[in-house]
Amino acid sequence: MDKKIYQVITPKRHLLSLNLKELFYYKDLLWLFVRRDFVSVYKQTILGPIWFFIQPVLSSLVFFVVFNKFGKIPTDGIPPFLFYMAGLTAWNYFSTCLTTTSGVFVGNAGIFGKVYFPRLITPISIVISNLIKFGIQFALFIIIYLYYFFIGYNVSINYAVLLLPIMIFIIAGLGLGFGLVFSALTTKYRDLTFLLTFGVQLFMYATPVIYPLSEVPVKFQNVIKLNPMTSVIETFKTAFFGTTPVDWLSLAYSFGFMSILVFIGIIIFNRTEQNFMDTV
Amino acid sequence: MSNILEIENLSKQYRLGTVGTGTLGHDLNRWWHRVRGKDDPYLKIGETNDRSIKGNSEYVWALKDINLTINEGEVLGIIGKNGAGKSTLLKILSKVTGPTTGTVKAYGRIASLLEVGTGFHPELSGRENIYLNGAILGMRKHEITRKFDEIVDFAGVERYIDTPVKRYSSGMYVRLAFAVAAHLEPEILVVDEVLAVGDADFQKKAIGKMKDVSKGEGRTVLFVSHNMGSINSLCKNSVWLENGRVKEIGESSLIINNYLKNYGEAKSTSVNWNNENRPQDSFAALNSIRLIDSDMNLKELFSVDDNFGIEICYELKKETKGGANFLLSTQDGTKVFQSLENSSEIFTPGIYKSICWFPKNLLNDDNYMITAAITTHNPTQIHCSYNLFFDVVDSKSSILRGNYMGKMHGVIRPALKWETKRI
Repeated sequence: MDKKIYQVITPKRHLLSLNLKELFYYKDLLWLFVRRDFVSVYKQTILGPIWFFIQPVLSSLVFFVVFNKFGKIPTDGIPPFLFYMAGLTAWNYFSTCLTTTSGVFVGNAGIFGKVYFPRLITPISIVISNLIKFGIQFALFIIIYLYYFFIGYNVSINYAVLLLPIMIFIIAGLGLGFGLVFSALTTKYRDLTFLLTFGVQLFMYATPVIYPLSEVPVKFQNVIKLNPMTSVIETFKTAFFGTTPVDWLSLAYSFGFMSILVFIGIIIFNRTEQNFMDTV
Repeated sequence: MSNILEIENLSKQYRLGTVGTGTLGHDLNRWWHRVRGKDDPYLKIGETNDRSIKGNSEYVWALKDINLTINEGEVLGIIGKNGAGKSTLLKILSKVTGPTTGTVKAYGRIASLLEVGTGFHPELSGRENIYLNGAILGMRKHEITRKFDEIVDFAGVERYIDTPVKRYSSGMYVRLAFAVAAHLEPEILVVDEVLAVGDADFQKKAIGKMKDVSKGEGRTVLFVSHNMGSINSLCKNSVWLENGRVKEIGESSLIINNYLKNYGEAKSTSVNWNNENRPQDSFAALNSIRLIDSDMNLKELFSVDDNFGIEICYELKKETKGGANFLLSTQDGTKVFQSLENSSEIFTPGIYKSICWFPKNLLNDDNYMITAAITTHNPTQIHCSYNLFFDVVDSKSSILRGNYMGKMHGVIRPALKWETKRI
C-alpha cells in the first residue's frame, strides 16, 4: 500500500469542507435510504400509498369549506377546490422537506452515534423521497385538473408549465436549506422544534397558498413577495390556470435566495455534524 | 512494517450536566471569544474523568493527550475500566464525534463496528437490510451483491431472507447484523465489544472470523473488550487506558496481568450487609461475602494461575452442626462442584468467618457464579444464600499450556502430572 494519508481527523474543519468525492462514494446509501423511507412508511397498512392521496384531498376539502364557503376568500375565478389542491401540493412538498430535514440529527442520533457516513446523505435522501411523494400527489392534482378541464371549467394550461422543474428545484432547495439551518439549531436547543411546527403553519398563511396574490392589498404585495415561496407558488398556479403572467423578477429572487440559503445551510450543517453527538 | 494510524495528542472534553439556559451562556461566551479571535475559554479548565469522585468543574476530559502509533496488520487490544475513555477513543476514530484537540492520521479506510445492526429497519426484509446496513457501514452496492450469499450463509438465515427482520428471533437478528459487519473490507477495523452476541456457537464463529480478519487478511484491528480472554487470544499488543490517559502499552499478556493486579475495587465480588437487610432466617444470617486473593485483598478478576479464596462471614443464632458452604457453577449454568465446611464440631451461637481456598490451576478461563449459603444437614435446610459472580481469565504465561496458544477447553483446568519418556 502506498503511504498516502487517507484521512485526517482534527478538531476544527474548514468552514467549507464539503467532501463531494466522499458524498459520491456513498451514493448507493442515498438510494437505499430513499427506498427505505418510501417502502417502510406504509408497510402493514391496508391502503398503502393511497394515504398519499387522502391527505391532500382532505386538506383541500377543509380549506374549501373554511376559507371559501365561510371565509368567502375569492380564488381568482378558479374552481376553489382545484385552487387549494394546486397550492397545497406545492406547499406540502416544501413543508415536509423543511420539517423532516430539521429533525435529522435528533431523529437519526441512533445511527449517527454509531457509524460515520457523510451526514448530508440523510437530508438529501429526505428531499428525494419527499419528491416521490410529491410526484404522487401531483399526479392526483393532474387527474382532478383534467376532470375540471373536461367538464368545461375555465382552466388553461400555458407555457409556464415548462418552468415546473425549476419550480420544484426551488421548492426542494428552500425546504432543504431552511431544514439544514434548523437541524443545526434544534440539535442543542429543542425549543426550536416547537417554534418550527408552529412557524411553518404561520408561514403558510404568509404565502399565497389559500389566497391569490392579487387579493392582497397592493401596499402589502411587496412584503409578501419577500417571502421566497411566494413566486414559486404563484408561478405554479400560473402554469395551470394562466391567471397572471409569470413574474420573472420574483422567480429570480427566489432562486437566488434558495442558492444562498442552501449554501449557508450546508456550512452550518457541516459545523454541527462533527460534534453533535455530544450535545444531542 | 509501516504505520497505518497515528494518533497525536488526542483529547476530548465533555460538558457534564444537562443542556439548559446555563449552556446558552457558555455558548455565547465561547462565541464572543471566537469573534475576538481568542481561544475557547473552557478548554483551559476540565478535570480528569474519574466518575466516582465529585468534581468541581462542569467539564471533564474523557481523553487527555493520547499518543499512539499503530502498525499495519497489528491487532491492538484496548482495555480499561468503564469510563476510562475506550469508547470515546473508538468514537473519534470512527468519526462519530470529533476530538477537542489533537490529530489522527489514517493511511487507509477506517470502518467501525460500535454496534451490530446499525440502521436495521424492522419493517424491511433481511435482504433489504443487508444492503442498507452494508451501505451504512461503507460498502458499495456491488460489493454487497458479491458477498451476499456469503453473508446469508454466515448468518444462517437463508430461509428467512425475505421476511421482515421484526419477525426474526433476537438471535437471528444479531447473527445477520454481525454477518454483514464481518464482511467489511476496510484497511483499519475498529471494534467495540460486539462479539458478545448470539449463542456460544455463533460466538465461536464470530471470534474465528475476527481471527481470520486480523491474521489471514492482514488487516489492522483495534479491539475494545472487557473479556480479557478474547483480548489475549486476538491481540498481540494492548493499551491500558485509565481516566482518559494511556496507562500502559505493551504485550497483551503483560498488560492484562498488570491490569488485573490493579483491578481491586469492584463491588460485585464482595457484598456487605447491615443488620436489617442481610439474608437471614431465625437460625442464621449472612454478614458479608468476599472473594479475596492470597493477601486477603478484595479481587474481581482472577487469572487461572492465581490462588484465591472465598470468605464468608455469618452469624449463627442457635447451636448447630452445619455451617457455611458454597456451590460453584459457570454462568451458563453448569454446576462445577460444591464444598462444605467439613468439621464435625458443634458451633455455638455467635459470629463466624470461614475462608475456603481455591488452589491455583483449578478453574479454566470462564465466567463463574458462586452461591454461598448457610446450611444445616439431616434434614438439609438452606437458611440463607447469596450469589456472587466472578471471572477467571487466561494467562499466556501459564506453565500448563506448553507452546499451545489457543483456547483451553473445559470448565476446569487442573494441573495434572504428565510423564513423557522416549522409548
